[in-house]
Amino acid sequence: MPERRYLGKRIKRREDLRLLTGRGLFVDDLSLPGTVYAAFLRSSYAHARIKSIDTTRAEKISGVIGVFTGEYFKDKVQPLMTAWALTGADLKPIKWPVVVHDKARFIGDIVAVAVAEDPYTAYDALEAIEVEYEPLPVVTDMEEAVKPGAPVIHDEAPNNVAFTWRLTGGEDFDSIAAKADHVMRQRLVNHRLIPSAMETRGALAHYNASTGELTVWVTSQNPHVHRLIMSASLGIPEHKLRVIAPDVGGGFGSKIPVYPGELIVSRLAMDLGRPVKWMETRKENFMGTHHGRDHITDFEVAYTRKGEVLGLRVRTLANLGAYLSTAAPGVPTILYGTMLSGPYKIKSVDVEVKGVLTNTTPVDAYRGAGRPEATYLLERVMDLVARELGMDPADVRRVNLVEKAPYNAVTGLIYDSGRYREVFEEALKRAEYSKWREIQSKARKEGRLIGIGISSYIEMCGLAPSRIARATGFGLGLWESAVVRIHPSGKVTVYTGSHPHGQGEETTFAQIVAEELGVPIEDVEIVHGDTAQTPFGMGTYGSRTTPVGGGAIALAARRVKEKARRIAASLLEARVDDVEYSEGKFYVRGHPEKQVTIQEVALASYTADKLPEGEEPGLEATVFYDPENFTFPYGTHVCVVEIDKETFKPKILRYVAVDDIGVVVNPLIAEGQVHGGVIQGLAQALYEYAVFDEAGNLLTAGFNDYMIPTAIDTPNVESYFVETPSPHNPLGVKGVGETGTIASTAAVVNAVLDALSHLGIKHADMPLTPYKIWEILKEKGVKA
Amino acid sequence: MSQAPGNGGEAITITVKVNGKTYTHTIPPRMLLVHYIREVLGLKGTHIGCDTSNCGACTVILNGKAVKSCTLFAFMADGGEILTIEGISEDGKLHPIQEAFWENHALQCGFCTPGFIMNLYEFLSKNKKPSEEEVRRAIEGNLCRCTGYVNIVRAAMAAAEKMG
Repeated sequence: MPERRYLGKRIKRREDLRLLTGRGLFVDDLSLPGTVYAAFLRSSYAHARIKSIDTTRAEKISGVIGVFTGEYFKDKVQPLMTAWALTGADLKPIKWPVVVHDKARFIGDIVAVAVAEDPYTAYDALEAIEVEYEPLPVVTDMEEAVKPGAPVIHDEAPNNVAFTWRLTGGEDFDSIAAKADHVMRQRLVNHRLIPSAMETRGALAHYNASTGELTVWVTSQNPHVHRLIMSASLGIPEHKLRVIAPDVGGGFGSKIPVYPGELIVSRLAMDLGRPVKWMETRKENFMGTHHGRDHITDFEVAYTRKGEVLGLRVRTLANLGAYLSTAAPGVPTILYGTMLSGPYKIKSVDVEVKGVLTNTTPVDAYRGAGRPEATYLLERVMDLVARELGMDPADVRRVNLVEKAPYNAVTGLIYDSGRYREVFEEALKRAEYSKWREIQSKARKEGRLIGIGISSYIEMCGLAPSRIARATGFGLGLWESAVVRIHPSGKVTVYTGSHPHGQGEETTFAQIVAEELGVPIEDVEIVHGDTAQTPFGMGTYGSRTTPVGGGAIALAARRVKEKARRIAASLLEARVDDVEYSEGKFYVRGHPEKQVTIQEVALASYTADKLPEGEEPGLEATVFYDPENFTFPYGTHVCVVEIDKETFKPKILRYVAVDDIGVVVNPLIAEGQVHGGVIQGLAQALYEYAVFDEAGNLLTAGFNDYMIPTAIDTPNVESYFVETPSPHNPLGVKGVGETGTIASTAAVVNAVLDALSHLGIKHADMPLTPYKIWEILKEKGVKA
Repeated sequence: MSQAPGNGGEAITITVKVNGKTYTHTIPPRMLLVHYIREVLGLKGTHIGCDTSNCGACTVILNGKAVKSCTLFAFMADGGEILTIEGISEDGKLHPIQEAFWENHALQCGFCTPGFIMNLYEFLSKNKKPSEEEVRRAIEGNLCRCTGYVNIVRAAMAAAEKMG
């Protein structure tokens, strides 16, 4: 095999030059001649009937073009509905009007829209709109919401349950529990988070009344999915709707769904005959853009005296907020329940999830989406079992880890490839686990609180197989598209249906194509994010971009190369089978002097006078790649903390991540994904917490109150990779976007609780803030 | 945000030097400095991440100090000198901080990046050999959601080395 020129190399990102110099192009950087600005009035109450709206004072303000209420949009824009209509779960048909006309169901609901010549005036107009509300009883707590007599949020779901989803795998839990030495019960809260991409959401819409074409620039992770849903809601045919997602300033799942905002400005651009733009304020982003996690789980675990975990019975309430967002029903079910045996040989999983409606911001996919919740539960189980049996948490994992792949998990998944135990041991070795246990025991004698936390995970990613997606009720397939086009000059343009927004695929995709075609990387351009340029694509989320999008690109490049080989054979007057290809040159086997470059072949494919018989001119291929199975990255993370006995703040002394993400295309970029993911997961363990009061007001509606960690709150992260290629895609890659977030929350929580374990602490819910730790220590009578 | 400034009091005429060029504009008194930079001058590299002065995406240098331009009115910069991300690389050559960010993969989505660089621009001009702890304290006022700060800190240390 020839030496790799690009794959696996630490190549600096090509997208950086524009971003480093202020030449990126984000939605807020755009405006068109005549652009007007929309601002949204959000509900004053979390649950209220709208009795009347008086817009006259607002409309009189100079510069205000109009004020529009729910009555205006009612028949013009169809309400949003979820795209993941979970099968077999009695899913209720919940509708989300883009501007509410009868009642508001959470504080982010849009009640009226002001449009003005400039945004300052649009916000002035909001102040002058008078709304008369009839407040209704509010329910934000999901355990309250499912009780009889709770306020009803949607008539379609009289008990506020949007669906009930069930999965049982393997032996019956009761029979396995009867055979077990122990059964333990525990309640776990996986609290609500707010994704908080640094760029808020927004859109700019332009309508050409002569051609009937609507163009919308929107902060989206998946412009084609946006186009399809927007087309249905607005009644504009897809071929007249162009959606462009330019540079996007982070998403973490929050820019997957279609929200009311982009539909409102689109409709108004059509009606007003002027381009309409809207950018969220940060406060709007906190209130109106979806949230993540928010589970309450009661579980039972059956285990032996040797620490073997036999079975789990899991009962989870998942808070979905006031409406069902685009992918919401699939997150706490398919992406959570199926992952509940993790990297362990669990024989029985019995899980039931109720999706609960409350008067809160809708909840949907947030980095990891379901898999962090499953991993958190399992990794708490491992530590709790260790605690109960007086075993080392590492030994409990050793008893339970899957030996080899492929492995048929009891939940029905087939894990692709991996050395689960080897990676586990390597992580412990790299983190100097045994040494830290010794340090811990000495430190305890001095009254110091040091803890070591382990988290082993496996995740289902490269979100694909369409047949599986469809079987679960997802509205679309989950393949990905690619066009690889070699121009007459031999330069290459690649069009991908993925839409990277920070993950670096403009670079890694170019690496893949340059490697496959043997051309210089500078000759390859990656185009994404515009429905008018790329074939229908599913977008970037679920760590799918490189395994699925990259897979499509590799296959397209190979197809192009095969065509080029046939043309080369014709040019060289040789048999196709005798033509070899290496580093950009085709040559006749045994006669290296008889050669043509790929550039010469490219030109010949367009001059088209020397093509083999039956060969079409041109040199490009389009591939729609639908993988046979998911990919399953896995790994083990180890975290060491010390709790300061004056401030009660946990300080991370070491954080080591060993991940098997399959073939690593660019280690520089992959490490960056792990760093960021780990810190996001750590933030849930220690800092971030979305809080609503009883009236449904979001108390954490800004960075002052919702604690995104800063550079002084976070540690360095040591990231290492082990490569076991996945047989499930042409590149052997597995995906890395979410691994860090999936693993780290449990690693950090386990470490903090381990630091307190000798005091008899078994469990405490996140976030483990200094205040919470102080409370625990106070209760245990430990003096600072 | 728009070119048309809206009402909100009597217009004020200001003169500022931005990236070496002098501008005079008449603006409404309530216009924020960040909107002046982005919408009036068209320098879109300075970003708005929060409008509450928490995130630092809008950081620029005003009279030698890193400031959050969403926290100041444009008129407060009258007579002043401003440097933005567009103004720090000369003759198409990256500034050492930009270079270090590139080499150390210190940016992902890139939205917060100009703010970090402008903040470090002031810090590193005054602190030649900072410790990692000092760098972390210096960028405490800038939020990044992608990198976990690991490579930003690395880049800042590398830039300090380059700038000597």
